[in-house]
Amino acid sequence: MAEKLLKKGNEAIALAAIRYGADGYFGYPITPQSEVMETLMEEMPWETTGMVVLQAESETSSINMLYGGACCGKKVMTSSSSPGISLMCEGISYMAGAELPCLVVNVIRGGPGLGTIQPAQGDYFQAVKGGGHGDYKVIVLAPASVQEMYDFVGLAFDLAFKYRTPVMILSDGAIGQMMEKVELREPVRRLTDQEIAEKYGNWATVGKQPHRHGNIISSLSLEASEMEEINLRLQAKYQTIRENEVRYETLLCDDAEYMLVAFGSSARICESTVETARAKGIKMGLLRPITLFPFPEKAIQQFLPQLKGMMSVELNSGQMVEDVRLAVNGKVPVEFYGRMGGSIFSPEEVFNAFSEKFNL
Amino acid sequence: MNMKEELIIAGFGGQGVLSMGKILAYSGIMQDKEVTWMPSYGPEMRGGTANVTVIISDKRISSPILQWCDTAIVLNQQSMDKFEPMVKKGGVLLYDPNGISRHPTRKDIHVYSIHAVDLANKLEMSKVFNMVVLGAYLKVKPILEKENVINGLKKSLPERYHNMIPINEKAIDVGMQNVKEVK
Repeated sequence: MAEKLLKKGNEAIALAAIRYGADGYFGYPITPQSEVMETLMEEMPWETTGMVVLQAESETSSINMLYGGACCGKKVMTSSSSPGISLMCEGISYMAGAELPCLVVNVIRGGPGLGTIQPAQGDYFQAVKGGGHGDYKVIVLAPASVQEMYDFVGLAFDLAFKYRTPVMILSDGAIGQMMEKVELREPVRRLTDQEIAEKYGNWATVGKQPHRHGNIISSLSLEASEMEEINLRLQAKYQTIRENEVRYETLLCDDAEYMLVAFGSSARICESTVETARAKGIKMGLLRPITLFPFPEKAIQQFLPQLKGMMSVELNSGQMVEDVRLAVNGKVPVEFYGRMGGSIFSPEEVFNAFSEKFNL
Repeated sequence: MNMKEELIIAGFGGQGVLSMGKILAYSGIMQDKEVTWMPSYGPEMRGGTANVTVIISDKRISSPILQWCDTAIVLNQQSMDKFEPMVKKGGVLLYDPNGISRHPTRKDIHVYSIHAVDLANKLEMSKVFNMVVLGAYLKVKPILEKENVINGLKKSLPERYHNMIPINEKAIDVGMQNVKEVK
């Protein structure tokens, strides 16, 4: 049986990076995610798997180190918290444009600005709608447990290379700082340079051989028609991702008359709210989007005929609720409840808000 | 019957509040339970009060954030003021009277006291104060086997401190023997 450890979400990210065969981590410390790099430094993977762990001079620098590593077909990642991610957004846009795979972990804290170090989900728009400039998307995974923090590192790398795109794990201070049981998976070995050349030699800059053309990686194309072609290709890729990569979880939705929609730590809190509601005889269910892009629209739509009302529950001023409303398209009333700036709601607080909004 | 214990431990930073919670959580894993350990990691960690929520359950754990708790372990006055009202009716409040000026007043909960500071000093090992409290807790709420607690302790202590396991075990026993219900 696999070893079961008690770890913080942030520590789980670090352990997973090593065990999923990451080639490099580049980051800059910021609360509440500093344990990611601290754990990597303690584990010293450069002595075992050969993985590079480097503290860059800034977040801007970290993301550009990712750009360089990814160009060479390497599995590279960084982690930060909200203000640091803002600094990285330019680089993420460049990597999306140049179609480079990487993993960016955002352990969100309360904002805007330097904000606070307590958990929040105020970076939903930044993660899902863009963040950087231009028409691009990144795949966004929202873990709700320490085990998912671990598992989604592997999933994120798989998706990043499958679609040649940056993937973001969107977590928050609560999931990052709490400890839970985590089961370590079978380790995946790092690829050798030879294997990288064989697998990714059609796009990665792995050294030009006499028998083939060199690869050029760039997000620049001054010819408008060429740039439009690139955009069309990117949009086609995002459409494929929408069709194939939606992930979500439902709790007691089959007979639900009311539905909460929540992700990450909010979803955990809402699980208890559902228990409370069920104990009072209210048929409530919870839909938890695991991928925020692609958003589980169809999953929500399948429940609409049976629903009397929905509520999106978020640690922000109401961001995901816009995507819920787009999916629902006016067919069912969609309310919102949230707290901001690092304050967290309790399950009972969510239930009271729900009762008030639906007069129950 | 499924077991679920929702517990808050609160006191000053440096009293071993977070590590006591960690040992409990690891003990839960040793006993094949689901566990969640949720610290306060805000500015209060940089001096002042510290608290941690520990949930130990037979089933998947939902919210790590609590409105009410089954048990509150309270180790300073601010924590008493904050967490006494959070104990569920019929729940448990365990506290060390040392440094407490306003004692618990609720009559609808079970209140227990443990003079952990004094007892740890008698053991000439003030650092095991939190283990005395842990022992008292395990006596009141025997949800975990002592063997699993010792294994949990081994898991959460770095190996260089494993020579300290016997004194910690002793402190747990002392806590178990000296906890008293306050009527």
